[in-house]
Amino acid sequence: MLDDKFEVQVDEPHGPGVPAAGSILYLDGVSVSFDGFKALNALSLILAPGELRTIVGPNGAGKTTMMDVITGKTRPDEGDVLFDEKVDLTRLDESEIANLGIGRKFQKPTVFEHLSVFENLELALKADRGAFATLMFWLSGEQRDTIDATMARIGLADKSRHLAGALSHGQKQWLEIGMLLMQDQRLLLLDEPVAGMTDSETEATAQLILDLARDGSRSLVVVEHDMEFVRALGAKVTVLHEGSVLAEGTLETIQADSKVIEVYLGR
Amino acid sequence: MNAPSLSARLLAADDRRLWLGMAGCAIAFLVVVPMLNLAMPPDSALHMPNYMVTLLGKYLCYATLALAMDLVWGYCGVLSLGHGAFFALGGYAMGMFMMRSIGARGVYGNADLPDFMVFLNWKELPWYWMGFDHFWFAALMALAVPGALAFVFGWLAFRSRITGVYLSIITQAMTYALMLAFFRNEMGFGGNNGLTDFKDILGFPLAEPSTKLGLYMLSALVLGLAFLVARFVVTSKLGRIMMAVRDAESRVRFLGYSPTWVKLFGFTLSAMLAGLAGALYVPQVGIINPSEFSPANSIEIAIWVAVGGRGTLVGAVLGAFAVNGAKTWLTGAAPELWLFLLGALFIAVTLGLPKGLLGLWGQIRRKEKAHA
Ligand SMILES: Nc1ncnc2c1ncn2[C@@H]1O[C@H](COP(=O)(O)OP(=O)(O)OP(=O)(O)O)[C@@H](O)[C@H]1O
Ligand SMILES: [Mg+2]
Repeated sequence: MLDDKFEVQVDEPHGPGVPAAGSILYLDGVSVSFDGFKALNALSLILAPGELRTIVGPNGAGKTTMMDVITGKTRPDEGDVLFDEKVDLTRLDESEIANLGIGRKFQKPTVFEHLSVFENLELALKADRGAFATLMFWLSGEQRDTIDATMARIGLADKSRHLAGALSHGQKQWLEIGMLLMQDQRLLLLDEPVAGMTDSETEATAQLILDLARDGSRSLVVVEHDMEFVRALGAKVTVLHEGSVLAEGTLETIQADSKVIEVYLGR
Repeated sequence: MNAPSLSARLLAADDRRLWLGMAGCAIAFLVVVPMLNLAMPPDSALHMPNYMVTLLGKYLCYATLALAMDLVWGYCGVLSLGHGAFFALGGYAMGMFMMRSIGARGVYGNADLPDFMVFLNWKELPWYWMGFDHFWFAALMALAVPGALAFVFGWLAFRSRITGVYLSIITQAMTYALMLAFFRNEMGFGGNNGLTDFKDILGFPLAEPSTKLGLYMLSALVLGLAFLVARFVVTSKLGRIMMAVRDAESRVRFLGYSPTWVKLFGFTLSAMLAGLAGALYVPQVGIINPSEFSPANSIEIAIWVAVGGRGTLVGAVLGAFAVNGAKTWLTGAAPELWLFLLGALFIAVTLGLPKGLLGLWGQIRRKEKAHA
C-alpha cells in the first residue's frame, strides 16, 4: 500500500529527513478511483505554513476531489495525507478534520438556506461544538461584534436578517467565505471562490484573500479557472491534469510550459 | 454555560403573540374547562361532561407526543416512524405502577402478583417489575426507558449515517418488533390484554371525576412545559444547528459539528417527551396493550404533525387536536371511512399544504394584509 521510501510514522517524533517536516499540508502518492476511473493519480503536493497556493487545471482534473480527500469527504485508495507534519487525515472524519483547523469553501456555494445571514455566521463562529455547549450557548457582545465586522467585510451588513437562500449566487459565495473567516482556521481551501461574481466582486475577493494571506498565520489553497484572478493573487501555481501535478511554478513559467499549453489548447 | 441565558432566552420578547397565545391556552385549559365541568349544572348547555374532560386530556397527551415528533422531524429532519413505541413504553411504565397499586384488590386477591401473572401460574414477580411499586421509580422509567432506547438505537443508526427513508423503515421495524415482543405472555407485560383494571393512582380512584379532572389538568401543564422545553431547544444555537442538519447534513460536518450528536440529542429528548405523554395517557384511558406499538400508530403521529405544519411546534399541537378531533367525530359518524380520510388528508397536505394548517393561516393573513 504505502510506498516504502515515503512511509511516515504517524504520531511518532520525526527526525530530520522526514518528507512532511516543515509542511502544513502534505499529500504523497494520493490516488482515488471512482469505478475504475482515476480521479486522482499518485498526486503529490506540499504546502508550507503561511503559503498561498493557487491550483488550476481543466475540468475534471481532480481539483475538487483533492479537496474532498483533504477534508475527509473522500477516502483515498492509496497515499498519505498529512496535516501539520504528522496528523493522518485519512483516518479522521469531516468534523474532526474541521476541528483540527481546516476550513473549506465549496465549489457550489452551500450555505444554510433556511437560516439568516447572521445565523449562518453564528454557526460558523469559532466556539465549542458540543451538543450541550451549543444548547446553552449565549452570544457575547464581543462575538456579536465579530459577526458584525465579518458581515461588513463581506458586504452583507445590511442583509443580516435575510434568509441565506434568498441571496444572489455571488452573495452566497461571499457568505460562505465569511463563514470560513468566522471559523478562524489555519488552512483554508477555496474551491472556485469567484465563480459567478462580477469583475469588481472578483477584484474585492482577490484583495480579501491577499489580506488573509498577508500575516502568514494561515495557509490557503485556492482553486480557480479565472486567470485574471490567479494573476491578481500572484502566488505559486500548481497545474493539475488527469489527477496528478503537471507543472508547478509562477504563473509566467506555467503559461510558458509546453505541456500546460498542450493540455489547455489541445482540448 | 452562563446562567442568565435560560430566563433571558425564554422571556426574550421575540414573539409577543406567542406568549399571549400561551397565556390564552393556559386560561382556556386550566381555568375555563374546569369551571365548565365543575361549576355549570349538568343540564346546562355549557356544562362540560366528564367524558369530554378525559377526551381533552387524551388530546393533550397526543399534542405532547406531536410536539416530540416535531422536534425530531420538523427540526432535525429525522422522520421517525417509531415514536408510538416511545409513547407506549412510557405508558407501560405507568401501567406497571398502577398494576402494583391494585395490590390484593385483584380478582385473585394476590397482593404479591398482578392477576395476569397469577393466571399464568407465575410464582414470583420478575426482576424487571421490581421498583414499580414506587411512583417516583415508574415516573423515572417512563422517561429513562424510551430515552435509553432512543439513545442506543439513534447512536447505531446516526453513526452509520442512516438517513431518510431507510431510517424511517428501521424505526417502523423497531416498533413492530416491540409489538410482537409485548404480545408474548412470557414477556411479563400481560401479553395480548396488556395492563388494565387499574384502581387508583397515588391513592386517587381513577373512576372519580375529580381524579379525571386532575389528570386532565396535569396533561395540560405537561404540554405547556414540554412546549417550553422544546422551544428552548429550537431557539438555541443547537436548534439552529438542528435545522442546518435537516437542510444540509453533510455541510454541517465541514463546520466541525457532528450531526450524529445533534440528532441523538433531539431524538433522545423527543423519545423522553413521548414517554412522558404515554405515562399521562394510560391512567386516563385505563389500559395499555401491545396495539399501541402498531406501526400505523406511529405513522398517524407523523400525519398530525404534517397536517399542523412541521418545524413550528405550534403546528404540531394544532395538528394533533385537529386530526384527533376529526377522528373522534368521524369514528362516531362513519367509522369505516376514517382510514380513507386519514390517507386522503395526508396526501392533500403533502401535495397542497406543505406547511400544514399553520402555513395556510399565514397565507390567509398575508392576503388580508395585502388587501387592506
Ligand atoms: N463521487 C464521484 N463519483 C464518480 N466520479 C466522480 C465523483 N467525483 C468526481 N468524479 C469524477 O472525477 C473527476 C474529477 O472531478 P473533480 O470534481 O475533482 O474535477 P475538478 O478538477 O474539480 O473539475 P471542475 O473544474 O469541473 O470543478 C471527474 O471526471 C468527475 O466526473
Ligand atoms: Mg471542481
